[in-house]
Formats: sequence, structure tokens, C-alpha cells
Amino acid sequence: MNTLLQGTALHRAYGPTPALRGVDIEVTEGEIVAITGPSGCGKSTLLHCLAGIMRVDSGSVRYRDQDIGLWSESARSKLRRTEFGVLFQFGQLVPELTAGENVALPLLLGGAKRREARKTAEEWLDRFGVAELADKLPGAMSGGQQQRCAVARAMVTEPRALFADEPTGALDVLTGEQVLGEIVRVARERGMAVVLVTHEAQIAAYADREISLRDGALDPTGLGLRTHA
Amino acid sequence: MSTSHVLLGLLAGGPRHGYELKRSHDERLPQAKPLAFGQVYATLGRLERDGLVEQSGQDRDGGPDRTSYVITEAGRARLGEWLTEVEAPAPYVTSALFAKVVVSLLASGERTATDYLVAQRTAHITRLRELTAVKTDSAAAVGDVVAADYAIAHLDADLRWLQTTLLRLADLNEEMNP
Repeated sequence: MNTLLQGTALHRAYGPTPALRGVDIEVTEGEIVAITGPSGCGKSTLLHCLAGIMRVDSGSVRYRDQDIGLWSESARSKLRRTEFGVLFQFGQLVPELTAGENVALPLLLGGAKRREARKTAEEWLDRFGVAELADKLPGAMSGGQQQRCAVARAMVTEPRALFADEPTGALDVLTGEQVLGEIVRVARERGMAVVLVTHEAQIAAYADREISLRDGALDPTGLGLRTHA
Repeated sequence: MSTSHVLLGLLAGGPRHGYELKRSHDERLPQAKPLAFGQVYATLGRLERDGLVEQSGQDRDGGPDRTSYVITEAGRARLGEWLTEVEAPAPYVTSALFAKVVVSLLASGERTATDYLVAQRTAHITRLRELTAVKTDSAAAVGDVVAADYAIAHLDADLRWLQTTLLRLADLNEEMNP
């Protein structure tokens, strides 16, 4: 399979505190990769850097063999809107828009016609089991319902890569499982890559492969050990 | 769990007779069922037959006849194999995992225990991934999902135990080998 994303020697610090200390990572097309590790290990920072939301201090992030660090902010923003989908622990829906409008938003920003966008949005809401919420505002929904809408919004452009940061962290076990199971099925169907940040082994098991981090560096044992020299 | 391997591990520290082995087993593995004397002697008999231990002397000392046993080279080799073998990740293997860590520290050292924990974690994660794939298959029957849930929950508990045991390994080693 072809390499979709490649991070090389990624460094990133917050002030004097290093969050990533030379991480190498590769994600191939259609692959589901879990990034795991304890709190503060740098896994969310890595996801933000790979998704082009955050710039690295040094090193390079290549998407389909192009260094996105060299791109303008508007080019990166377009990449995020069209090729990438992003999902966080709490849905982050626009509170003034209905579920249908929220999900249609990325399509409208990409220049789609309103009616078309609305129709596609409804199909994705249906796929995630919340078609009946299309006209509701986020404030009138449960956390689980909001998260399902957020997943639909992240998927609506049929991105090449979905970046999900603890996407089920705020959901009850069964809801989390349904959401994650559906994400995996969509990814398999469409050959979409998924980068999944989690600290739970049960969630990481949805991925094809696990990359563990500890103190901003790769941890090949997954147990926080320095490998034997 | 394998009593014969645990006895081999206890003998790795030097010759002992049956009573000492029983006492040491019950003390080191308090979660395990206490060993019956009959079981100790039967196991020693089998180990001797297979050339993994041999008699090293008799201690009469006014009391009952006590035969001491010592581990052979073949016995050390068999023990070494067991300590590096990962256990099949079935829902209930924790007592075997625990015994292996304890015997590792007694007979071999922290490095063997660490390598074992890392290898066991990999085996558990592979199994966890297989069971999760069963659940995400859209054709899966609810019964299969519920059965997978059960195994997943137990493997996840093992994984948490593997992680914390690793963090406590140095302290455990110090307690067992002061």
C-alpha cells in the first residue's frame, strides 16, 4: 500500500516543555493506526501535527509525498477541509446550527450546492443512526447524539484520513462501541485511513497497528521501557 | 498453571527437600491453592523420571527421612524455555502469568521477567485485536459479540495488570531477592 502520511523527526515544544522529541511515523492508505500512551505523552500533539492543525518546530509532515509544513495556511486549511476529517472527544458542533446544518457545513465551505449538501448530510446522519435529529440544535441533544453528529460531519467529505482524538472518551461503553465500530466499517469500505488517539487498550484494539508514545518519543514495548541496548 | 515448572524454579536456588518446596510454594504464591504433600512428591517423581531433577542427599536428623532434590542442566533448560514462553491469551491466565513473574525473579532475574511481560503483552494485544474484529464484523451475531465482550474484558484486566506489574518489578525483585 502507498504511504499516505509520513512524519519524520517531529519535534514540538510548548514553551520550554517538549511534547514531541523526534517522532517518526508512517500511515499507509486505508490503514487504521492507534496512537497510545499515558496522559502527557504527546499523542494529541502528534495527531494535531499530522492533521496540519499545528505546525512542528522541526521535522516534516508529508501528505502524499508533499511537505505540508511548506504550505500556506490557506492551503493547509483547504487540505483539512477536503482530504482530512477531524474528530475530538467532545463533538464541537456549532451550537447555533442544527445537526443537519452542522454536517452540511464542510460541504458548503467546499462550494457544494445547498440542496446537495443537505441531502448528503442526511445520508451520513442516517448512517450514524441519528437521521431524526437533523433539525435539532446541539443543545437539545445528548452527548452521545452530539458525538454521532460530529462523526457524520467528519465523514461527510469522505476524507482520505480521519483524525480522531479520544473520540469515544465521553460516551458510555455501548454508544462508544457503536460509534467506533461504524467508523471502522466506513474506513474499511472506502479505504479511509484513521489515526486514532486513545489511552485505552480496548479502543486501540480497533486499529490494525498500535504506536505507543512515552515522554514525546516512540515506546516500542508499549510498557514505558527503554529497549535493551 | 504448571506445578512442575514452579518446583523447578524453586530448585534453581539450590537443593531442597519436599517439605521445603511445599512451604516455599505456598509462601511465594499465596493466591494459588496450597500444594498437597502427595502432589509435591508425585511431581518430583515425574521430574526425576524425566531427568529434570535428581536426588542430592538424605537428611535424617532424627526426624522422618527427607530426600533433597537438585535441578539438573536439562531441568534448567526446561525452566528457561517456560519462562520465555508466552501463555495462550485465554480469558483466565492471570495466575499463570503471576507465577511466571515470581519464578522468573527467583530463578533468573529482572531482565527475564521484563522480557516475558513485554512478550505476553504483545500476545494479549494481538488476541484483543482479533476479538475486536469479531465484534466490528457487520455480520456478527449478538451472541458472538457478547462472548467476545467477556474475553475482551478479561484480557483488558490482564493488560492493566501486566502494565502495573512492570512498574512494580524492581520493588518485587528487591522484596524477593533481598
